[in-house]
Amino acid sequence: MVSEKGSFSIQKLIEEKKKNKSAHTIIEKLVPFILLFTAVLSVLTTLGIVFTLIFETFTFFSKVSFIEFITEKKWYPFSETKGTYGILPLVSGTLRVTLIAIIVAVPIGLASAVFLSEYASERTRRIIKPILEVLAGIPTIVYGFFALTFVTPILRQFIPTLEIFNALSPGIVIGIMITPMIASLSEDAMTSVPNSMREGALALGSTKFEVSMKVVLPAAISGIVSSIVLAISRAIGETMIVAVAGGSTPTWGWDVTSSIQTMTAYIVQVSTGDAGYGTTIYYSIYAVGMTLFVFTLLMNLLAQYISKRFREEY
Amino acid sequence: MASVIEHISDETNRENVYKTKELNLWYGENHALKNINLDINENEVTAIIGPSGCGKSTYIKTLNRMIELIPGVKTSGEISYRGRNILDRSYKVEDLRTKVGMVFQKPNPFPKSIYENVVYGPKIHGIRDKKILDEIVEKSLKGAAIWDEVKDRLNQNAYGLSGGQQQRLCIARCLAIEPDVILMDEPTSALDPISTLKVEELVQELKQNFSIIIVTHNMQQAARISDKTAFFLSGEVIEFNLTNKIFSTPSDKRTEDYITGRFG
Amino acid sequence: MKLIDHTKVVGHMNQRLVKNQVYKVIFFIATMFGLLILGILLYRILTQGAHYLNLDFLQNLPSRRPERAGIKTALIGTIWLVGVTAPLSLLLGVGTALYLEEYAKKNRFTDFIQVNISNLAGVPSIVFGLLGLTLFVRALGLGTSVLAAGLTMSLLILPVIIVASQEAIRSVPKNLREASFGMGATKWQTIVRVVLPAAIPGILTGGILALSRAIGETAPLVVLGLPLFIAFLPKTVFDTFTVLPMQIYNWTSRPQEEFHALAAAGIIVLLIMLIIMNSIAVLIRNKYQKRY
Repeated sequence: MVSEKGSFSIQKLIEEKKKNKSAHTIIEKLVPFILLFTAVLSVLTTLGIVFTLIFETFTFFSKVSFIEFITEKKWYPFSETKGTYGILPLVSGTLRVTLIAIIVAVPIGLASAVFLSEYASERTRRIIKPILEVLAGIPTIVYGFFALTFVTPILRQFIPTLEIFNALSPGIVIGIMITPMIASLSEDAMTSVPNSMREGALALGSTKFEVSMKVVLPAAISGIVSSIVLAISRAIGETMIVAVAGGSTPTWGWDVTSSIQTMTAYIVQVSTGDAGYGTTIYYSIYAVGMTLFVFTLLMNLLAQYISKRFREEY
Repeated sequence: MASVIEHISDETNRENVYKTKELNLWYGENHALKNINLDINENEVTAIIGPSGCGKSTYIKTLNRMIELIPGVKTSGEISYRGRNILDRSYKVEDLRTKVGMVFQKPNPFPKSIYENVVYGPKIHGIRDKKILDEIVEKSLKGAAIWDEVKDRLNQNAYGLSGGQQQRLCIARCLAIEPDVILMDEPTSALDPISTLKVEELVQELKQNFSIIIVTHNMQQAARISDKTAFFLSGEVIEFNLTNKIFSTPSDKRTEDYITGRFG
Repeated sequence: MKLIDHTKVVGHMNQRLVKNQVYKVIFFIATMFGLLILGILLYRILTQGAHYLNLDFLQNLPSRRPERAGIKTALIGTIWLVGVTAPLSLLLGVGTALYLEEYAKKNRFTDFIQVNISNLAGVPSIVFGLLGLTLFVRALGLGTSVLAAGLTMSLLILPVIIVASQEAIRSVPKNLREASFGMGATKWQTIVRVVLPAAIPGILTGGILALSRAIGETAPLVVLGLPLFIAFLPKTVFDTFTVLPMQIYNWTSRPQEEFHALAAAGIIVLLIMLIIMNSIAVLIRNKYQKRY
């Protein structure tokens, strides 16, 4: 048995303390449930979002026909007589802005990713990456301000027909905003390509450029594509830049020089306006929100699918 | 395979701390321990040797049920510690581990001060009296033969110590709750030869007051410090005997092959 | 006959090397593009807003007259919002992370929670605004209060905090937990005394970065219906209020140049707040990095 050592026995002290341990036992049993509850809360949030959107969207569709919503090319909710609710102009506004953003962000983002992963020294990388993070952390209202007061005036010098509110300027600025995201996620994908693959190609006399294009890019393609898809999702959901610089004219078509309205900007317009609770306009923001949610969710799921399905096993 | 476990002539008449009966253990489908029967005496050093993957680490981790941290582990049979079956669900692991301390392969001090490391055990068991804690710290550090090296910097972070010192601090941390048994899972495998020597000397001293079970892949170490040795192979106990008997006249061919370095 | 004509290979070589150099320069320029934009953006905003940036600007209430307008209500509103959001989101986020890392068994339910969290992170912030509007502003009757906004923001940044906390908890070495269990500590004792202290720098870094996102968010608060213009301070969490980005939005959407300059001044204050928070996060990260 435990022998007495020194002036007291620790095990005896521990035995004594054990008597008032029942509180501990209760905590020990309770804690997992409390923590589980917090974890379930995140699921409840999703359910809350989904149910809120579905519920209010249903109310909306009791007032407006679903067919009109998805086929009509006119969005005139504020019309004096009876509003027309065809989502296509809003979708077209969102898509125009997103497309411009992607045209800006993909080449710059990927080129930066290649530079950081294949060319830059460790030191350069350590300086540039945090700066890109800063760029990604700037509030979107700041980008919106930048688009309206800087990018638009400059563009108007080159394109005289450009209106003050347009799709081009916010599109470009959203592109700048999502560039760090593409750069950083793609760089992660490229850095995880094992060096042995590069060495194999270099030993055959390839240049660095050839290695990057013919070995690293193809090997990292799933990570790169999923980063682009995620960036598209971000661009679709972006709100303040388009609300500030895009305008509030829902139009159908491909014109990027005149005022447009995106789905997000419409929600902002109604929220800052005086549309009363219970009106069709009030419910319409949920229908638009639902559309937005479905778009971004599909994109996110697609990104997850791509990165899982086509994950390279090194 | 039949295991050869001779009756060990035991003139000391020491009491058993552990009696293992028909212990089997599975990791999922993998049958890792097969029909282990082993009695371990108090105030002795029992070494467990065998090639990697033979189940020696698994066995020692079963003795304080640390093995349960690995998901999908199943056991059958019985391990009684001081007469009570520890594999019984009603045996609380916290109680068991308060009596059975463990020293791990790699030194694993907490990122806290040396002092806080030692009092960790007493504190979680509700001892808060500063005077008693001070006394425990001194006694434990002395017991682990590290007191003189650290007494002037008890409040410094334990990560500033050398690997060997960290391991002795971990032993001190273990001593601080005055366990009955100390399990050591290859405690010197990450240490340099001089630190290893210090730990081995320490083990020799500690056996006056504690029962020690040590897993080692180093046969010389087993020969130097243990009273008895068990040889494990593919999850079975091949031979268990007095250490000098195992190393001079092993009764099983496989033991002989192993200690003469034919495999492993 | 040789399969490879070496004169051709050599002739081709120069062209390949030039291409290599040209692209290196192109990639470098692309990388610098982001830095350039950041520089222009900061320069523009500084030159536009510096003129209005003084103590009066911080202390004045908003006004229709640009020269007398200030951000007192918005600035203090932002601090109120952080006061509600920080404890709520950290508590929920760390709790969830602890559950997933320390308690949850690997099964489909756990996988489901995990997938759900990563999808939640991809939901546009404005949709969180719609949830907040329905649930907190209307159903719970909280109105456009600090509490309603704080709850909405907490849910918005929750996924970020959860993921950061999970990473921090996962990076605590397993052998520290073993050491604690080995001495008879219970699970909760081990979490409180070993895991959390070791994970806290990572949790704080992630938490601060997430909060700095909440400070800059505008869209969900617009949807909640927060006033763009308010001339009094909240006294309790049930009072209505506004925040800095809302004030900036208000000024930006006016046509007059003066208000744009005010917006720029407001942006400078917002950016300074963000820089301070990010610096704290980086300091914590550097101080505690690579301890194991």
